[in-house]
Amino acid sequence: MVKITYIDSGGTARTVEGEVGSTVMETAIKNSVPEIEAECGGACACSTCHVYVEEGWKEKTGEPSPMEEDMLDFAFEVKPNSRLSCQIKVSEDLEGLVVRTPERQA
Amino acid sequence: MAETIKTDVLIIGAGPIGLFAVFELGLLDMKAHLVDILDKIGGQCAELYPEKPIYDIPGIPYVTGQGLVEALLAQIKPFGPAFHLGEMVERIERIGEPMFRITTDRGKFFEAKVVVIAAGGGSFQPKKPPIPGIEPYEGRSVFYAVRRMEDFRGKDILIVGGGDSAVDWTLNLAPIAKRLTLLHRRDAFRAAPDSVNKMHALVEEGKIDLLLGQVTALQGSGGALSGALIKRADGSSVTLACETMLPFFGLTMKLGPVAQWGIELREGELIPVDTASFETNEPGIFAVGDINWYPGKIKLILCGFHEAALMAQKAYHYVFPDKKLVFQYTTSSTSLQKKLGVS
Ligand SMILES: Cc1cc2nc3c(=O)[nH]c(=O)nc-3n(C[C@H](O)[C@H](O)[C@H](O)COP(=O)(O)OP(=O)(O)OC[C@H]3O[C@@H](n4cnc5c(N)ncnc54)[C@H](O)[C@@H]3O)c2cc1C
Ligand code: FES
Repeated sequence: MVKITYIDSGGTARTVEGEVGSTVMETAIKNSVPEIEAECGGACACSTCHVYVEEGWKEKTGEPSPMEEDMLDFAFEVKPNSRLSCQIKVSEDLEGLVVRTPERQA
Repeated sequence: MAETIKTDVLIIGAGPIGLFAVFELGLLDMKAHLVDILDKIGGQCAELYPEKPIYDIPGIPYVTGQGLVEALLAQIKPFGPAFHLGEMVERIERIGEPMFRITTDRGKFFEAKVVVIAAGGGSFQPKKPPIPGIEPYEGRSVFYAVRRMEDFRGKDILIVGGGDSAVDWTLNLAPIAKRLTLLHRRDAFRAAPDSVNKMHALVEEGKIDLLLGQVTALQGSGGALSGALIKRADGSSVTLACETMLPFFGLTMKLGPVAQWGIELREGELIPVDTASFETNEPGIFAVGDINWYPGKIKLILCGFHEAALMAQKAYHYVFPDKKLVFQYTTSSTSLQKKLGVS
């Protein structure tokens, strides 16, 4: 299990455990983390699982694929550290990962 | 008043389950009209994942979302369903036992003996950007769709987005706008390459402006827009004067008017049904596919297909109260094969 912290738009942090091989989106949904909707269930087809990867973690989570970049066009307030959380796979390397959720997904 | 369209069954939603409902109803001689707010047929399969694979349709090891929609359309072709696209069903009123009057947001009227709600996750509606204070401008100077191009003639227009809608409307409105700016967060566009090339050509000819960035605030008063504050990719900000803004951020599903039809809802968003007939608490109104709920419900296409078959059995008794229903197989029944045009 890997610890992941989600900080919501109001500043409240929630730390939960994610299974290696699942995604940052699935971990959020399983643990009822707010501000992640994931309308399409992780198919990179809705952009309602948008998160901001906290400073210092960008290298480990990697760059979005071209398909993910296309879907990010449908998200709001996209920043250089924006990712779709359904496209971030949980791995041992991500132990302690911190992401922030936007105020609105859609 | 507009003419009323009479039909045996009105289906709300042209997703996979609404489409298959046409087949099951058709085998039992019931004619259907379908209404969908999308301008295309196929619901989530066509709008959200046309090119992605589906692996769990019984008997079909692999099919894409769009492939399934096309196969369903071929399957229901013999029954000649009528589609009313780009329209949202707003009202359902009971006017007989059973007979319903259905009204769309385009002012179209239907009279049907049976209503089938196959509304999935609700109607697809444009995503609204979370720009603080945008509400007073909506419908007055901020629009999520173009219904009449003439309304935009001579206007100072800001189009936001990088997909087909944003680029196509840029091309269409450029000749009639006073000035047009296309704003997108990055220098890559998802739209058809040919349209993107045309757009870049207009920029080079100085006919439109292309700006990279995102809108952070709006300026204006009383619903009249005067400018938009834009944060550029490099972090700097500019104010762009404009009187009309068209944001195109794709679609999201919102329950929409379903909540106002007087049907019992579960947790405000799903329609409980009886699993013998998939009828709601309102006799003559059925709910199939993702929109319904019953113990054990799972939101799978194959489950919706089953629901449509049982729904048609009960619907038959409303449409043909005096007829007796005889169970038949498509394999062996010549009467069913005649309806399918294969015998
Ligand atoms: C990315 C993704 C992958 C999926 N993969 C699978 C899979 O592999 N296997 C599987 O079985 N399922 C899958 N699903 C789920 C499947 O797509 C749905 O179960 C299915 O689309 C439900 O069909 P439906 O006809 O009930 O509703 P929908 O497909 O949601 O269609 C409903 C339609 O009704 C319209 N509508 C709603 N309200 C109104 C109104 N008031 N007026 C007019 N129109 C209205 C909507 O605009 C919409 O077009 C997937 C879903 C997604 C998003
Ligand atoms: S859940 Fe839809 S894009 Fe991530």
